[in-house]
Amino acid sequence: MKSGKLMVLPTLGWLSLFFAVPLLIVVVVSFAARSAYGQVIFNFSFANYTRITESLYLSIFAQTFVVAIITTLFTIIMAYPLAYYIASLPKKWQQPGLILVMVPFWINFLIRSYAWVIILRSQGVLNTILMKLGLITVPLQFLYNDTAVLIGMVYSLLPFMVLPIYVSIEQLDRRLLEAASDLGASPFTAFRKITLPLTMPGVAAGTILVFISSLGMFIVPDVMGGARSALIGNVIQNQFLAARDWPFGSALSIVLAVMSLVLIILYYKALAGQKGGSKNAQNMA
Amino acid sequence: MEEMVRVEGIKKVFDDTVVIPDLSLTINDGEFLTLLGPSGCGKTTLLRMIAGLETPTEGHIYLDGKEVTSLPPYKRDVNMVFQNYALFPHMDVEENIRFGLKMKNVPADEQNRRVEKLLELTHLEKLRHRYPSEMSGGQQQRVAIARALVNNPKVLLLDEPLGALDYQLRKKLQIELKNLQRQLGITFIFVTHDQEEALTMSDRIVVMNDGLIEQDDTPGNLYHKPLTRFVAKFIGETNFLEQEDGSTNVMRPEKLNLCPEGFHGSDHPEPKLFGTISDVIFYGTIDKVFVQLDGSDQKVVAYQYFDDIKKWQAGERVGIWWYPQDEVVVHK
Repeated sequence: MKSGKLMVLPTLGWLSLFFAVPLLIVVVVSFAARSAYGQVIFNFSFANYTRITESLYLSIFAQTFVVAIITTLFTIIMAYPLAYYIASLPKKWQQPGLILVMVPFWINFLIRSYAWVIILRSQGVLNTILMKLGLITVPLQFLYNDTAVLIGMVYSLLPFMVLPIYVSIEQLDRRLLEAASDLGASPFTAFRKITLPLTMPGVAAGTILVFISSLGMFIVPDVMGGARSALIGNVIQNQFLAARDWPFGSALSIVLAVMSLVLIILYYKALAGQKGGSKNAQNMA
Repeated sequence: MEEMVRVEGIKKVFDDTVVIPDLSLTINDGEFLTLLGPSGCGKTTLLRMIAGLETPTEGHIYLDGKEVTSLPPYKRDVNMVFQNYALFPHMDVEENIRFGLKMKNVPADEQNRRVEKLLELTHLEKLRHRYPSEMSGGQQQRVAIARALVNNPKVLLLDEPLGALDYQLRKKLQIELKNLQRQLGITFIFVTHDQEEALTMSDRIVVMNDGLIEQDDTPGNLYHKPLTRFVAKFIGETNFLEQEDGSTNVMRPEKLNLCPEGFHGSDHPEPKLFGTISDVIFYGTIDKVFVQLDGSDQKVVAYQYFDDIKKWQAGERVGIWWYPQDEVVVHK
């Protein structure tokens, strides 16, 4: 037991040095100000936080949350059947199936985003095919709108939803479905009454992963969304790199983090309210 | 007696492995029938085919006169108690029991009435709002039985339902189950590999081996008149005495009697075998006396009760005698 505690020390040290300390720095900087040349001046004020309440930033926050929610919903709808299908494959095909889901991770995320640009742009793969088929005469505008951002987000976050759902379906005791069938439940009813409720912990875990990731996403809106689809991630990135206003960027980050945390807590509270699902959901998280 | 389940010329093949080559069996209404055999003998497969969880490769299954061979489980009037209960972990006791009634759209007040009756019958009234994870194995087992019985099935199928429980509890539930079956008059088909359990509970036992029926008989006949070596060996303890004509004399240990070598009483038959006692083992109600036979490397075992004349010791020379009517001869 004692040596077990000792073994966690390197990890704790690593986390406190490279996670807790930088986080603390961000908190401190968020109360500072910016000099004319972009340096951080430490005179304590809430100015950065009051600035966030300007309607411009509030609406970007709102837009970000809307996109994150829609992204999460779409990933659930797409990931559940896929995870279910993989879990129902013969054992020897499940591993290859999962690897296929993860293959995109082997390629740099930025490159994958540009690959989407190549597919979706006016002279891109999709438009060329549609025109060759004679379905359209003028290229369609797929890129640089909210739909493009959504496509990119759902695409890039789908694996984070598939994997936890797959795990929960794979762990489901098939005998429960036999029991349900024996008790008069048709396959669809058995799915609705047994499979779905018992795999909700997987959906919950995936939801957290996807939702949080999409809140902070800035590459996809940057590359595929054009100027009009700025999300909070882009604003934060801008403050740090282009505007060189670290204090305001820090304040935005803190607000985003706190809001995410509150939402996660509310989410688990709501999930725990549903009977039975509570224990499993907490185990997954 | 009226026929309830008829299995006709069933064959079951899993990936080129023949589990059941050809099997026919009729089960009567209200009967407590046990499928007994070692693991892998096909007893669970047979039960699952009656439930509809497996489809036979060949053959027909009839339930109460109607063919059900290819009907899915949810359209059959049978219910199953699963080996590890398979209770729904996200539902409490009451919801688990109510599940089947909901599936069949039984009116709400009728649902309540039947759930209450089963809760009472299985002594679960106080546990009605517990979740399966909050209950002991024995309690979960009761829920599984209640969940199946609440549907008033024509046949209740039980797949080693007591296998996971400790010895004392198993003994207790064996009696409870038997009483429940008598009380309700429902046909029970019970699968077990535990011969003692089978003997205690069943009206009729079907002993299976390699997918075939070795013997289909009452518990008494199986024990006292086994037809094959396999049955004799599987049920109870047995001495096999090979005969010169190739047949085998099957002698139950309690039918073997010991007397001192050279003692010729007039009140019992002459000893047919002689030997030296190698071990005497205390078993509570009996002593098991192991005798090394003269002129062979075979040991036989005889049970001696405490009201017998003598307490035997290892090393003593003995004669072994029995009544001719206790001799059972098997040919395979």
